Amino acid sequence: MTGILSLITFLPMVGVAGILVLRLFGAAKDQAKTETAGKWIAMATTLATFALSILLTARFDRATSAFQFVEDIPWFAGAGYRMGVDGISVLFVLLTAFLLPICILASWKSIEKRVLEYLIAFLVLETLVIGVFCALDITLFYLFFEGGLLPMFLIIGIWGGQRRVYAAFKFFLYTFLGSVLMLLAILAIYWQLGTTDIPTAMHSSLPKGMQTYLWLAFFASFAVKVPMWPVHTWLPDAHVEAPTAGSVILAGVLLKMGAYGFLRFSIPFFPDASATFTPLIFALSVIAIIYTSLVALAQEDMKKLIAYSSVAHMGFVTIGIFTMNQQGMQGAVLTMISHGFVSGALFLCVGVVYDRLHTREIARYGGLAENMPKYSFVFMIFMMASVGLPGTSGFVGEFLVLNGAFEANSWVGFLATTGIILGAAYMLYLYRRVIFGKITKDDVRAMLDLSWREKLIFAPLIVLVFWMGIYPSSFLDPMKPAVSFVIDRGRIASLPRPHLAAADAVSVVK
Amino acid sequence: MMPVPDLIPALPELFLAVAAMVLMMVGVFRADRTSAVVSWLAVLALIVDLVLINRGPLARTVTFNGMFVTEQFAIFMKSLIVVGSAVSIVMARQYNERNRVDRFEFPILILFATIGMQAMVSANDLISLYIGLELQSLSLYVLAAFKRDTVRSTEAGLKYFVLGALSSGMLLFGASLIYGFAGSTNFDQLAKVLSSEAGLGSIGLIIGVVFLSVGLAFKCSAVPFHMWTPDVYEGAPTPVTGFFAVAPKIAALSLFLRVMIEPFGHLVHQWQQIIWAISLASMVLGAYAAISQSNIKRLMAYSSIGHVGYALIGLAAGSAEGVRGVMVYLAVYLVMNLGAFSVILCMERRGESVEEISDLAGLSKSQPMTAAALAIFMFSMAGVPPLAGFVPKFIVFMAAVHAGLIWLAVLGILASVVGCYYYIRVVKLMYFDTPAEALDPTAGGNAVRFVTAVTAVIILLFILIPGPLLATAEAAAASLFQG
Repeated sequence: MTGILSLITFLPMVGVAGILVLRLFGAAKDQAKTETAGKWIAMATTLATFALSILLTARFDRATSAFQFVEDIPWFAGAGYRMGVDGISVLFVLLTAFLLPICILASWKSIEKRVLEYLIAFLVLETLVIGVFCALDITLFYLFFEGGLLPMFLIIGIWGGQRRVYAAFKFFLYTFLGSVLMLLAILAIYWQLGTTDIPTAMHSSLPKGMQTYLWLAFFASFAVKVPMWPVHTWLPDAHVEAPTAGSVILAGVLLKMGAYGFLRFSIPFFPDASATFTPLIFALSVIAIIYTSLVALAQEDMKKLIAYSSVAHMGFVTIGIFTMNQQGMQGAVLTMISHGFVSGALFLCVGVVYDRLHTREIARYGGLAENMPKYSFVFMIFMMASVGLPGTSGFVGEFLVLNGAFEANSWVGFLATTGIILGAAYMLYLYRRVIFGKITKDDVRAMLDLSWREKLIFAPLIVLVFWMGIYPSSFLDPMKPAVSFVIDRGRIASLPRPHLAAADAVSVVK
Repeated sequence: MMPVPDLIPALPELFLAVAAMVLMMVGVFRADRTSAVVSWLAVLALIVDLVLINRGPLARTVTFNGMFVTEQFAIFMKSLIVVGSAVSIVMARQYNERNRVDRFEFPILILFATIGMQAMVSANDLISLYIGLELQSLSLYVLAAFKRDTVRSTEAGLKYFVLGALSSGMLLFGASLIYGFAGSTNFDQLAKVLSSEAGLGSIGLIIGVVFLSVGLAFKCSAVPFHMWTPDVYEGAPTPVTGFFAVAPKIAALSLFLRVMIEPFGHLVHQWQQIIWAISLASMVLGAYAAISQSNIKRLMAYSSIGHVGYALIGLAAGSAEGVRGVMVYLAVYLVMNLGAFSVILCMERRGESVEEISDLAGLSKSQPMTAAALAIFMFSMAGVPPLAGFVPKFIVFMAAVHAGLIWLAVLGILASVVGCYYYIRVVKLMYFDTPAEALDPTAGGNAVRFVTAVTAVIILLFILIPGPLLATAEAAAASLFQG
């Protein structure tokens, strides 16, 4: 089974090659036909990738925290092409591969210009995102992590809305600025350990003084990506302007890369610094939860509202990760997965009405329950999942996070819980304004209910919402050993380690 | 009678000199319309030159009474220069024809400049350094003014000449001080003198080194001696600008490396601060000043200033890793710049060359492949992985972190974010904006388009197999430190 990770990662590139051939040699006169063919190629590749990732999960050994399906080829300057997954990353690979066909399907009709380029951008993005979760070398991780900016920049900038240029630049420069500092930290780790191999770094102890700087450099990158308050401002802009599928992938997967970074790097590499900075994370997360929930209440734009709700949900995730206990951390990963497809589904719900009326303004809608009952039902399910209604996927994750938070610090738990109430408030308020009430506008009355294609998009998402809500063990079990390992690494900080005192004397540069 | 020196180490230079003179004769004796023949013969001569360079001795070999040296470092740098020159000649063909400056002197001047640059790379004495530098510079002055009917081109040539003469003066002044205080112009002798305690303390010598670095910084357009660059780049004919941006930069930087590492390697603590400062200043100015440019050639000028800043980080580190970083940087820089200029050469509207960045608006609609290639070059220059431009930045920053130049690395990497803005602005124009009037789809000719395609593919796929280049550069960098 070695090689399966590379296969999953680079399979979308086969689709890219296919579309390029189509682009170069396709009949120029029959553009519509070429575009449909391109869509089918993209659909087939993403489905094949998804099938492979299911196979990967099936073969995955749930009993160990070690990395599996490892590949290791020397590459350049001490870095290696090292791939491997553990119980945490395998879930994200699955999530990414699951969301991509949905993205392609969601763009089937709504993208009209430069269709083939659009599909190429999405397939390249899939490769880079899956690569992020499979990389077992920090340099390789950085390569995928940064490379993901390029297709996303183009997706927002070319196929986005009115202020797409502003949003694309803001997205690019914010995230780029965050991650270049991480690059220097990677180099420092290389000189300290002599390798950029992730498992090696996870088992070695860096000097305490150095940990602080490196932690901050990684934090700069991940905090922007998560995004945490106060560097979250790129997210609402990017979300609002991105095309529907772009928002889905942004909220569903790209935001998770930051939190994944905390789990994979910050805590295992820098346990002492993580312990030192936990209050900072807690403070920023609590502010994010309460502040952005309040901001979400005041939004007039549907996508912006959901974007702010994403920031709030990611606040739960960062709290969960830094509680350093089993419930909190597992809850955080579960919240990430759940938020991955629930927020994606919510953006798709917005996309459905946007495709019909071409506005995201909440006040333009109202009374959709009358003429779009099926849509209203679907929207309700995802709205409830976002609020965290018991029985849906949102509940399990947030419940575990809050559980862990109360154990770690009851004030953090208390303040975070208020976020749940506010979350219910803004989501229900949104739902009331869009779905209930009387239809006052003729164009709204003329809107048609879900088409077959749209039902096909939502069906798997609904199944997942309830599966995860009713039987979360299928998601919790595989990650248990990996999460335990991260917690053990994190708790090293509180143990007495006299032998490290000498190592602290070694400065960053020898 | 004086014994004849060993000519074999200098065979490529000798061959190229003879070839250039023969070609000049061909040009003179045949009537007009010879420039095509001379151009292709010049390219052929450069290819032979490249083969000769790579068949030369790998071990360090000194000849001409210690004036001339060759080793793996020289082979690496000369190969880059020759590739840059040859591609520049090929790319200039159609432009020169269309603009009625299609003279046979053009490829010959490039050949002479190339000989000068090869001599610079192989200089092992302050005198041979100066001879090589001047041969290169004088050819370049003429090239800058090659489109002599236009005011801008002649102005560029004149400006380059005046400022270049000034910098040569400073360099000579520094060289004379060094000779006066150390008693030798030979690099090996200088290194020996400076390895003793007595040699290190001389303030006059240090002043000499400072003046020498000023001259060299001018030649590779590092801030604060960069003033000529934007004007000359803008005024010179586009193929000449493309040539200026690659080959002379590589030659000047390799000279910089050799001078600082070989004779003055023991003064590293003295010159490191200078390099630190000009490197940072170049990166910052290159990034900020480029933002407000509207002419693409000026933009490329500031971009090259920024790139020199990044390359100098490797020199500031003063280690073999750093030198390796500079070498990889120059190799990738060569490919990126040739690619970018091949696209700029294709910018024509209704038969007229255009140079405004805004002329690129909507290029992705009218010429999707060219736009994609330029986007690849821009992202690569910005240093975004997984494109090739990321690798050399990674390596120079790696050397800087190892050498303890943390602040230089932090500030440099922040400057790269600013620089990123103007690179992606070009992408934005091509992809996000509504099209301006379309550019001519066939402008530039097949040769130029071929260069675009090849360089774009190299930049895109370099990350898959960076190993060979890095290994070669590592060996070459090590060879510089053995001397």
